Amino acid sequence: MALTLDDVNRIAHLARIEVEPHEAEQVLLQLSGIFGLIEEMRAVNTDGVEPMAHAQDLTLRLRADEVADTDQHRLFQTIAPQVENDLYLVPKVIE
Amino acid sequence: MNWEIVIGLETHAQLSTRSKIFSSASTAFGASPNSQASAVDIALPGVLPVLNKGAVERAIRFGLAVGATINRRSIFARKNYFYPDLPKGYQISQYEVPVVSGGSLTIMVGDVEKTVRLTRAHLEEDAGKSLHEDFKGMSGIDLNRAGTPLLEIVSEPDMHSAEEAVAYAKALHALVCWIDICDGNMQEGSFRCDANVSVRRPGEPLGTRCEIKNLNSFRFMEQAIKFEVRRQIELIEDGGKVAQETRLYDPDKNETRTMRSKEDAMDYRYFPDPDLLPLEISSELIKSIEAHMAELPQAMRERFVRQFGLSAYDAALLTTSRDIAAYYEAVAGQVDAKLAANWINGELSSRLNDQNILIADSPVRPEALIWLIGRIVDGTISGKIAKDVFRDLWDGKVVGVQQAGGSLSALTVQADAYIEKMGLKQISDSGEIGKLIDQVLAANEKSVAEYRAGKEKAFNALVGQVMKATKGKANPTQVNEMLKARLAK
Repeated sequence: MALTLDDVNRIAHLARIEVEPHEAEQVLLQLSGIFGLIEEMRAVNTDGVEPMAHAQDLTLRLRADEVADTDQHRLFQTIAPQVENDLYLVPKVIE
Repeated sequence: MNWEIVIGLETHAQLSTRSKIFSSASTAFGASPNSQASAVDIALPGVLPVLNKGAVERAIRFGLAVGATINRRSIFARKNYFYPDLPKGYQISQYEVPVVSGGSLTIMVGDVEKTVRLTRAHLEEDAGKSLHEDFKGMSGIDLNRAGTPLLEIVSEPDMHSAEEAVAYAKALHALVCWIDICDGNMQEGSFRCDANVSVRRPGEPLGTRCEIKNLNSFRFMEQAIKFEVRRQIELIEDGGKVAQETRLYDPDKNETRTMRSKEDAMDYRYFPDPDLLPLEISSELIKSIEAHMAELPQAMRERFVRQFGLSAYDAALLTTSRDIAAYYEAVAGQVDAKLAANWINGELSSRLNDQNILIADSPVRPEALIWLIGRIVDGTISGKIAKDVFRDLWDGKVVGVQQAGGSLSALTVQADAYIEKMGLKQISDSGEIGKLIDQVLAANEKSVAEYRAGKEKAFNALVGQVMKATKGKANPTQVNEMLKARLAK
């Protein structure tokens, strides 16, 4: 599968990463290299092999439904750029 | 020309766990901003999610209640999108293998039963809340809700009118409350629905659908779907085409409008979350949950019809919540079960609705209704007077508040004394009724003449006059018979 510059720009938009036009060529080259590796792996016959959802063959440990966390918002908010009335402030986004 | 409406619903039910789905922070509603957002919920680097067993148990309970398949192995996936109230930049959800597959829900549309198939139900986390007012071009973010467990329940497109969609949503709401996995509080957003709506000519392939968001009440859901159906039909009849998009319902203007078109549709790039291993559910866990499940509303509805001879409609009303069903069973076990159903679905429920009170808080307790119905059946009071006595019971005039929750025998003594004192006893002494009938006949010669001339209506007027003379205390059947006998002379 050949990747195009349009694909690169779309992926960059989805990931909210700014990619300048002169960088896009470079990114296209790098991503194409990765896709090449994927193509190589796809050539392996995996018929009858159940796909793994996780690299480790273990299952999830469950936690009892108990409240154990205490309020630490003052501590957490010391690294927030802007806070008002205990709320984190961010540039306005309305959908 | 005919149009067929096709509706499918996606419902988010907030699960009633104490702590969040992947962290130990509290899920209590209404806390001060960010006081219940832990390091996991706000996605500080290096934290890892640990799944809450309570959320899994509730999902299993739902699956069992709708006769679905509980998948022994399910996978958590990342749903990627950017929004300020989603701190990780992805929502942990389930995609290819959900915890619950299939199942169905039987609903009542009026008095007709209908089965709606379910596609799936999966576990996921809720996002935080954005507040757009009061911050001068900025938005305030409260992450208390982030990480609250949700069960997203997806139906097949089996509904064909706004009424059916609302009946399904109500039945689903009643069920999640019944099996105690969700508090059902729609004002607080514990139960939220999105509707997928399309129209087509009968027999043709499915039309292009629009998804309507923000349906946070049953009334809005009905209005929004009706508006959307009309919009799509008019658009097509005018030669246009429905565009696949997400639309938002505006209750103030009663209209839906475009929120996101297909071109702007999110590409969520789901993939298995490497932070979470596959969820395995043992048959022991399923069995232990099944062993503790209460009788489900549908089974109870069918039992009420069988055991008490109720109509399907009455039985459905009496099984809309566990509290109503428990109230009914308490009364029906002691007195005429059909009368009990009539009183609870009639007088009691209209009072409760008027005053917006839940049956659990009803001032008329089951014991009081048992007594009242007993006194109608044994002829002590007439059905008409019983309504007045019911009102007095409601207002606390018959028995004191302390007796309202007391034993039936104590209540009976006091309530019987009240009937005696107020002179409400039914008059069944034929001598007394006869005297009143004679007076009425003498005073209404015109009606008598009309009746004898063949006017049936005149008879009803005479019955009305006699009942009025007895202040509603006479037995109407007895009055009818005696009056007919006198007029026949």
